[in-house]
Amino acid sequence: MIGSITPGEMEALRLSLEVASRSVLFSLPIAVLVAWVLTRAHFPGRTVLDAFVHLPLVLPPVAVGYVLLILFGSHGPLGGWLKRHLGIELAFTTAGAALATAVMTFPIMVRAIRIALETVDRGLEAAARTLGAGPLDRFFTITLPLMLPGVLAGAVTAFAAGLGEFGAVITFAANIPGVTRTLPLALYTEMQSPSGDLPAARLATISIVLGLFGLVLSELLARRVRRLLGRR
Amino acid sequence: MLKATLLKRRDGFTLHAQLQAPTPGVVALFGRSGCGKTTLVNLISGLLEPDEGRVELDGTVLTDTRAGISVPVEKRRVGYVFQDARLFPHLSVLANLRYGQKRAAAAAPLIVFDEVIALLGIQSLLERRPHQLSGGERQRVALGRALLSQPTLLLLDEPLAALDAARREEVIPYLEALRDRLSIPMVYVSHQFDEVLRLATHVVLMEAGSVVAQGSPAEVSLLPQLREIIGPEAVGAVLDGRVVKVDATIADLQLGRGALRVSLREARVGSLLRVQVLARDVIIATEPPHGLSVRNALEGTISALTLEQQEAAVLVTVDIGGAAILSRVTTEAVEALGLKPGLKVWALVKAVSTRGHAFHLRTA
Repeated sequence: MIGSITPGEMEALRLSLEVASRSVLFSLPIAVLVAWVLTRAHFPGRTVLDAFVHLPLVLPPVAVGYVLLILFGSHGPLGGWLKRHLGIELAFTTAGAALATAVMTFPIMVRAIRIALETVDRGLEAAARTLGAGPLDRFFTITLPLMLPGVLAGAVTAFAAGLGEFGAVITFAANIPGVTRTLPLALYTEMQSPSGDLPAARLATISIVLGLFGLVLSELLARRVRRLLGRR
Repeated sequence: MLKATLLKRRDGFTLHAQLQAPTPGVVALFGRSGCGKTTLVNLISGLLEPDEGRVELDGTVLTDTRAGISVPVEKRRVGYVFQDARLFPHLSVLANLRYGQKRAAAAAPLIVFDEVIALLGIQSLLERRPHQLSGGERQRVALGRALLSQPTLLLLDEPLAALDAARREEVIPYLEALRDRLSIPMVYVSHQFDEVLRLATHVVLMEAGSVVAQGSPAEVSLLPQLREIIGPEAVGAVLDGRVVKVDATIADLQLGRGALRVSLREARVGSLLRVQVLARDVIIATEPPHGLSVRNALEGTISALTLEQQEAAVLVTVDIGGAAILSRVTTEAVEALGLKPGLKVWALVKAVSTRGHAFHLRTA
């Protein structure tokens, strides 16, 4: 009973992993770009962009899911366009769950990347410049590798947090078994059922183990990269 | 020829500098900390944009604010060695060295990899990471990295300032070798006069954001502006000359009409030497000396007397024909001997007093 994972649990676990992975893969490049803009670019409205990026941290997740539904629902301004031109449907799909997760974990990722970018010695970029490296070249060969520990930490933390995203996912992508019923949604569903005590406890245990594993992995990765960079 | 006229205002500091130096050679920017040396180098490199000005190297305009020209740093082909080396920590020494080389226009490289490795003695370091290097090794790798980017001008911003005395001694010979073997013009920033003495072929004196004097080390060594920076005790004429005779650790240096015996190990006939004769070590005689142990009695005429108010001393400039020597004497001695411009005198210099003040400029 304890040793084997049931097919239902397995499906929720797989979905959680899939949603979190897709969300990280999708948002990571954007998070790097936004972190760069917020750290390095000077333009009017930077403070507004900064606040906008951090909005999901302070909004109720349900509100974020609701806004996504308005924008990306099949009749929404963005969702309608995506459906007509690219055939992509987001509401009530796994991709939609990933989008909701990405929006919710975006501030965590941007923060970690931004801190990493701020610690990059700009003198090294200037040195690269004198050695003939143009802006993009400098970014990919010097800046990005040097901020890699922060990028990795941000990605892993966002991934771990994404495994458990609940409010925005259930609002935007609903609770469909096999499509959007991730670990926390499965856990919630079991809690609603009178005979769900044991299954709920099992799902909660899986979530805890997964979260711990993610955080330890993040720390090990960061250590390894730091060693590679010669900082201890 | 390296020509620069630059104006830059920032944070209440104004740099207004004008310099003109022959190329190839080592132009030393010398002055106290905070006088604007690094700002000037950054303006030449393009890392900093001038408010107004022009930089020209061997006929190529790098910056001209009036004509709207500013060659981007990455296309300028100006090598830069920073005080803190700035090696890329995530790359091996080899990858650091290749970084600029890969990005240099591949057309006939002037400086080849093996030559740089040999010149700087960094063969055994190639596999290491920057954090595994000593301060001196780091600067040598930084030098190599800058050289391999095939620069037409090499800027060195106090590359030895972060090193202790022993490490500095370890790096200086490599810098001398670069000056003597490669024909890349260099701009060398320093606030240590001994480094300037050993390396420079042209000296630019800076103070409070301005160039106050410039010229050959021999010319500049006679100027009161230098005394202001290095202090009276370090004042002394700088003389460049060829070795005409060597006897154990004593070398005879040809200077204008006469010769100066200096104390230096490993001197060779025909090689070029530079010696600084400190003003406090020079005695003035109004008659040819007899029965003295002093090995040098250089005949000349007094060309100038400069009163040093605070020390109650007088700095006497003696023209020895094509070169000059400085001597510091008391005001009392000036009166007793009746020293005045135009008077024929002998400048007496103990050969051993030059020990540690003589340097090889170029081996024959």
